[in-house]
Amino acid sequence: MQLTLWTYEGPPHIGAMRVATAMTGLHYVLHAPQGDTYADLLFTMIERRDARPPVTYTTFRAQDLGRDTAELFKTSVAAAYARFRPQAMIVGASCTAELIQDDPGGLAKALDLPIPVIPLELPAYQKKENWGASETFYRLVRALAGAPAPRQPREPGRRPLCNLLGPTALGFRHRDDLIEIRRLLDALGIDVNVVAPLGASPADLGRLKDADFNVVLYPETARAAAEYLKKAFGQPFTQAIPLGVGGTRRFVTEVAGLAGVDPAPVLDGPGSRLPWYSRSVDSTYLTAKRVFVFGDATHALGIARVAAQELGFTVVGLGTYSREFAREIRAEAAEHGIEALITDDYLDVEAAIRAAAPELVLGTQMERHVAKRLGIPCAVISAPVHVQDFPARYAPQMGFEGANVLFDTLVHPLMMGLEEHLLGMFREDPEFHDGVGPSHLGGTARAASSEAAAEVAEPAAPSAPAPILLDEPVVITTAPWAPEAEKELRKIPFFVRGKARSNTEKFARERRLPLITLETLYDAKAHYGR
Amino acid sequence: MNAPLPRQTARDAEACGGIDLHQEHGQRAVFCGLTGIVWLHRKIQDAFFLVVGSRTCAHLIQSAAGVMIFAEPRFATAIIDERDLAGIADANEELDRVVTRLIERRPDIKLLFLVGSCPSEVIKLDLSRAAQRLSGRLAPVRVLNYSGSGIETTFTQGEDACLAALVPELPRAPAEAAPSLLIVGALADVVEDQFLRIFSAMGIADVRFLPARRAGAMPAVGRGTRYLLAQPFLADTARALDERGAHRLAAPFPLGAEGTTGWLRAAADAFGVADETFAAATAAGRARAETALAPHREKLAGKRVFFFPDSQLEVPLARFLARELGAALVEVGTPYLHQGHLAAEIAWLPAGTRVTEGQSLDDQMDRCRAARPDLTVCGLGLANPLEAEGLSTKWSIELLFTPVQGYEQAGDLAELFARPLRRRALLEV
Repeated sequence: MQLTLWTYEGPPHIGAMRVATAMTGLHYVLHAPQGDTYADLLFTMIERRDARPPVTYTTFRAQDLGRDTAELFKTSVAAAYARFRPQAMIVGASCTAELIQDDPGGLAKALDLPIPVIPLELPAYQKKENWGASETFYRLVRALAGAPAPRQPREPGRRPLCNLLGPTALGFRHRDDLIEIRRLLDALGIDVNVVAPLGASPADLGRLKDADFNVVLYPETARAAAEYLKKAFGQPFTQAIPLGVGGTRRFVTEVAGLAGVDPAPVLDGPGSRLPWYSRSVDSTYLTAKRVFVFGDATHALGIARVAAQELGFTVVGLGTYSREFAREIRAEAAEHGIEALITDDYLDVEAAIRAAAPELVLGTQMERHVAKRLGIPCAVISAPVHVQDFPARYAPQMGFEGANVLFDTLVHPLMMGLEEHLLGMFREDPEFHDGVGPSHLGGTARAASSEAAAEVAEPAAPSAPAPILLDEPVVITTAPWAPEAEKELRKIPFFVRGKARSNTEKFARERRLPLITLETLYDAKAHYGR
Repeated sequence: MNAPLPRQTARDAEACGGIDLHQEHGQRAVFCGLTGIVWLHRKIQDAFFLVVGSRTCAHLIQSAAGVMIFAEPRFATAIIDERDLAGIADANEELDRVVTRLIERRPDIKLLFLVGSCPSEVIKLDLSRAAQRLSGRLAPVRVLNYSGSGIETTFTQGEDACLAALVPELPRAPAEAAPSLLIVGALADVVEDQFLRIFSAMGIADVRFLPARRAGAMPAVGRGTRYLLAQPFLADTARALDERGAHRLAAPFPLGAEGTTGWLRAAADAFGVADETFAAATAAGRARAETALAPHREKLAGKRVFFFPDSQLEVPLARFLARELGAALVEVGTPYLHQGHLAAEIAWLPAGTRVTEGQSLDDQMDRCRAARPDLTVCGLGLANPLEAEGLSTKWSIELLFTPVQGYEQAGDLAELFARPLRRRALLEV
């Protein structure tokens, strides 16, 4: 048993849901107890999807265990087929159903549906979300890509054709990375055959073999499928990850090589603003800022390079929760002269951050909170992420526009150069001193002083004459608060307490009440309640 | 202010009764009982909740708890791995190791709940014996257990299971003790305090709450205990209290002005409070609730409302919307309908209201789409998809986390339903 507060990854069936939800015309029947439908809200809330994920759960309960859960599963598959008429289905078990040992694959096969039904074996007590996504995509490709055949040479005159593999539902910036990469490929004169899983149907997976090569954007989800396609159809696939200017240039060169086209139109094109921004004198203060990088392997590795080579930071920590890619991360850490941190325990990550004492943390949602607690600037560069990192605006990580986004993302949490300069120059001034902290983290000092001001304004005498406006703290004639009422006010959540206080005082002033009592507080609440 | 109070009479009940009750079986889009931890751990301030389950359980708690997970939370998951399943590691020894480490890390913990999950139930890990064993070893820390699994519990039933586990542990009230009032169900602190003041004004002095805010201050229970359920999902807790000789006071639930008055009235009647005293203690609150409700009545009157099953709060909420705000009820879904505890509520529902116990998700969504209600109360998995189909929704989980009971919150409760409609009217794009 492992004591866990926070998990970087969900169980493997969540990975399968990410693939199913990414695709069209595919339905997933998941043998799972009541309650496992919580996973729907990751897609409908965090990613703000406008439809339920295409998943039917058997939602069995204790009373079903005494009966026939296998029959329940078969009924659910039949009903899901009848209702949704998918082109193909995937079936499998969640962690609890794995224990009761019904055989989803065999049961579904017995129904003899007129569509491909692909069974998934996702060992929930050994593997995790990304592995589940990778395995699901691999099984789908294996089942639907058709019989292995040697690759046909490209007909003269036809533009090179590639597949884009890896983007899924609930993927960190997958939506916009895809737009950016399509733009690059188009500029190189390469056509895109199939993008999968995101937006692909089972029928589209049958056309994967028509491409000349594969572009693997996220190895965590797509490398296994790409390796299969290489073996079955002789399609080579890309290794370079287009993160940062250097990463994108390496990617363009590799893709152009696989396609047999000239990379110059893209390499000599306008590219990214990052190199100039990074060279501009305001960025000088970024030199050798100590940065700690943690995330999935792809992003941790790519962004550590951007930090060191394109922004001039010093990477003082590098790690991942993706054990499958530990080797690559260890090799990259060695380049920075440090030891990699391979863990899925956030307490280990927190300890490592404390020990490394970085000036900037680049990580997941979790590192954002650790950094907040430690008072260190932070930017999010990898899943798991919360709703704000599925933004409405265009915000790729990959390609040249992605590099622009990365420059802004990595630099904004730090004080801009001029600001830092002023802080040094006017160290003793009330507005600029060490106590105020970096600008984006401020608030503590300010909040305290406004709270103090409120305390000063409070003990005005009830019978005071009309207020006299002074330059210094404005005296407002407000009835004093009875201790009981004051105590009650403190029970109101802090974010609405200020409003409750001012409303009650206004209410008391208008009625010329000599004392704010509990009754006044609630009378005012009822009066102003919208 | 001194108008006679509405009293529920047999005739009223007859006139309003006769709901159209359906039972449905199929796919259920509901939370499991583990979710209750998210609000229970905030209520009992020195308790820790350790789920014994899978990565899925940990992931669920994390998804439900949102940002709370980071503030040194008092809940965690002991994730069962393949070594535990294969019998390579003795699951009980592993559990003892995890718990010992946890208590060392958190010496402030006085009460530890081992919370059962689907995986722990299916492999028949005996958590009650583990709790006994660990209670002996870790004294003075008390270790209890209950099940929050999806196969046994739906959402708020997790609180029921937790409180029911506490009941046998409660101190025994002396046999000769004067009657005392026990309020059962986790309420926001501010709501508890409001109720305490009202009871005090009525002259009912000995009022306690289950759960108490601290493990060492749990209320005593005995033959003199009269209890009021503050929540409709406490079937097992009520049964456990009955077994200890306590008596339930039949009442509606304290949602809205009318529900609150009915709920307080049940206590007043049981403790022989004079009508004038009762009126004096409640008049100001009722008047304020009326003031706060009035503006929402304009927005919600005549609006057609559809409830998906979630928390068992649906029936009292529907009653509040229908009677105090003039809404029309299309369908009231509930995961489980305790007809005994909800008798007063059912009697107050408009005659012929369709109440659905259980769920067949796709069929229910079809009915919802066909009815095109003005407001649909549902979980977060359905809310955005229904909004995208042009239906206004109110996500139901908020009703558990927001203080909604009592007079002073009646307006806030109405506001929760009115806000999505106001928002839809405001947006021009």
